[in-house]
Amino acid sequence: MTAQANALEIQKLDAFKGVKKVTIEEYFTSGHRTCQGCESALVMKLMVKASGPRTIVLGSTGCMYVANTTYYTTPWVVPWMHTQLGSSGSAALGTAAGLKVLMRKGKMKKEPINVIAFCGDGGGVDMGLSAISATLMHPQYNLLILCYDNESYANTDIQVSGASPWGANTTFSPPGKKYRIMHTRWKKNVAGMLAAGHPGCRYVATVCASYALDMMNKVRKALSIGGPTFIHSFDPCPKGWDYDPMYSHELGELAIEAGIFPLYEVEDMKLKFYGKTKKIVEGRLKRKPVRDYLLRQGRFAHFTDEDTDYFQKKTDEMWEKWILPGVIPLRPEDGA
Amino acid sequence: MAAQATGAAAAKAPPTSKSDDQEMLISGCEAIAHACRLADIDVVTAYPIRPYDTVMQMVSKMIADGDLDAEYIVAESEHSQFEIVKHASAVGARVFAGSSGVGWFYAFEALAVTAGLRLPVVAMVGNRALDDPGAFGTEHNDALAVRDLGWMLTWVETAQEAMDNALIAFRVAEDPHVFLPCAVSVDGAFLTHSQHLVKVPSREKVNQFLKPYNRGNKLLHPDNPITIAPQVNEDWLIEIRKQNDEAMKRARGVIAEAYKDFNRIFGRNYSPFLEEYMTDDADVVLVGQGTLAMPVKVTVRKLREQGKKVGFVRLKWFRPFPTEEIQQSLKRFKAVGVIDRDYSFGSPYSGGVLYTEIRSALYDLPNRPLLHGFICGLGGREVTIEGVTEMSEILLKSAKSGKLEKQVAWIGVRE
Repeated sequence: MTAQANALEIQKLDAFKGVKKVTIEEYFTSGHRTCQGCESALVMKLMVKASGPRTIVLGSTGCMYVANTTYYTTPWVVPWMHTQLGSSGSAALGTAAGLKVLMRKGKMKKEPINVIAFCGDGGGVDMGLSAISATLMHPQYNLLILCYDNESYANTDIQVSGASPWGANTTFSPPGKKYRIMHTRWKKNVAGMLAAGHPGCRYVATVCASYALDMMNKVRKALSIGGPTFIHSFDPCPKGWDYDPMYSHELGELAIEAGIFPLYEVEDMKLKFYGKTKKIVEGRLKRKPVRDYLLRQGRFAHFTDEDTDYFQKKTDEMWEKWILPGVIPLRPEDGA
Repeated sequence: MAAQATGAAAAKAPPTSKSDDQEMLISGCEAIAHACRLADIDVVTAYPIRPYDTVMQMVSKMIADGDLDAEYIVAESEHSQFEIVKHASAVGARVFAGSSGVGWFYAFEALAVTAGLRLPVVAMVGNRALDDPGAFGTEHNDALAVRDLGWMLTWVETAQEAMDNALIAFRVAEDPHVFLPCAVSVDGAFLTHSQHLVKVPSREKVNQFLKPYNRGNKLLHPDNPITIAPQVNEDWLIEIRKQNDEAMKRARGVIAEAYKDFNRIFGRNYSPFLEEYMTDDADVVLVGQGTLAMPVKVTVRKLREQGKKVGFVRLKWFRPFPTEEIQQSLKRFKAVGVIDRDYSFGSPYSGGVLYTEIRSALYDLPNRPLLHGFICGLGGREVTIEGVTEMSEILLKSAKSGKLEKQVAWIGVRE
């Protein structure tokens, strides 16, 4: 008998078949004070709409904590608890383990309860990566970790993170007289890394709330499949990216269409592209130039043509050189 | 045979009338593992660092053998170790974790929020010197670092007391009037890895003492959809800090009550906060925590044979600090020497942490004893009979002259 026995039941959340089939009830409502056009707040709302009322949410430090959850004005209808910046993985694990053992020992009524921990890109891609990685290796706990990636430490004043795009102007990477480009790292490939490196994890997906239905259904699948799962959400941020708040959805779409952020899911190690990314991979849609995306945002206003060309070249590599386009950057030694 | 080897432990083990206790020769770590089994913990997290980690080797074997039913998670760092149990505690699980030295410091953020959230996590600290340079031996600076945060801290002398205080720790931490985390400090090597004869009680007896953990209306559950730890800022934080302060104050009474029940159920004769040794007619006393009690007691006996009126007071709880008990005890003596197995560089008189606290506790007494601070035994160096004799002679000299030559001295340092 292995120590992993006694897996609990999980909720069976079937995909919403169309916008009109989405449930009416909201579990993230008024009371938050996020910025106008905040895509991450929408992600929170859709995330718990998808999971339903029998859910516990753990929120790491970040804007979805500080701007969302003020004492006496919580927007959370479901039980919610703060966790530390680097602790989304541990928070989900501890909560799931607690529920599991209490139900097994008869100290709590048996029922499947969804456990979701969210983190920003600072909490997920930088500080909390180690704990997320560890948590994804425990197949006996049912939980979802959702990383809302708005490509900077947006709560603390827009500082560069491991998920910020190359060259972006942030308060920790401002262009200057000597150096135009202060942020010289390419965006970390976190979903690909987690999907490839965690044999205990049955489901990793990337989402963008510009495609809300897809996004909710990925959450429902992640919660229904069993074991620890991970979703990486790409969230345009008007404050951090410097654009008119009315264009949040449009920028999300542009990032997908330009091939900067791919949409895919990895289920039991099988990779499936979806949405416009699928069309790009199948050659049915030509990627838009990254220039169309970059020019819309103040954080790239200092870019010269040379910088834009470099950004295009690196993006092209994702689709032309990577062994699994947009997902896994390895290539054979003799490959061109 | 063990009675000889374990000295003070065997000498102080009181007789018990109950016959269902099982006597075992076990180390301090093993004793705490038995406390975890008897308390029927729900979630336990491990990460390796010497010397605390033997407790997890024992706990994992108990789980493997089916003697304990708990979720056992080997975390990828101490930070995660303590975050995991923190969150399990919030959904109603009885939890246990532990660490040593810099491992405890790696968890520091999690330790701070656990106290802030009033979650009754029980931990073992196998006291160890902080890096750098590396050292495995005992120093108390690791556990003492959380003294201002809302962690209750207790130091133990024997494996028996390690097991007993771990059970008391669960009871006090989970009392709804308290709801604060508690760390049981066990001197590295001297107690974590040395064996004593321990009376291990039955589960039934422990159940009389320790009721199930009930988080009440603070339980994080879909039936009780609360929001825990929203951003409060200057609007509310000071009020919340005050509540935690009140909880720590209440802990004093809850601890005293717990010992009363413990003594009754398990047939012990503990006093909650202080153990006094040959103090009745003493002129001077030494004060200290943990396993240094043994060489000090041996030395006190030797000095008594020479007619020198020396005694020893062992502090058992550092948080909540038993201010009144310390005052009532120490005011009876002409001179007091506080032994610190820790340091606090740049502190008043460059004294240790315990010295500074006791000095503060005695300030309001109309007739204060002369107070010496002694720093010794750092990095696990032995506290020797010669060292304790040297400290005692300094105290006796001060008591005779009525004057303090020097506030703080380091003992046993090679020049």
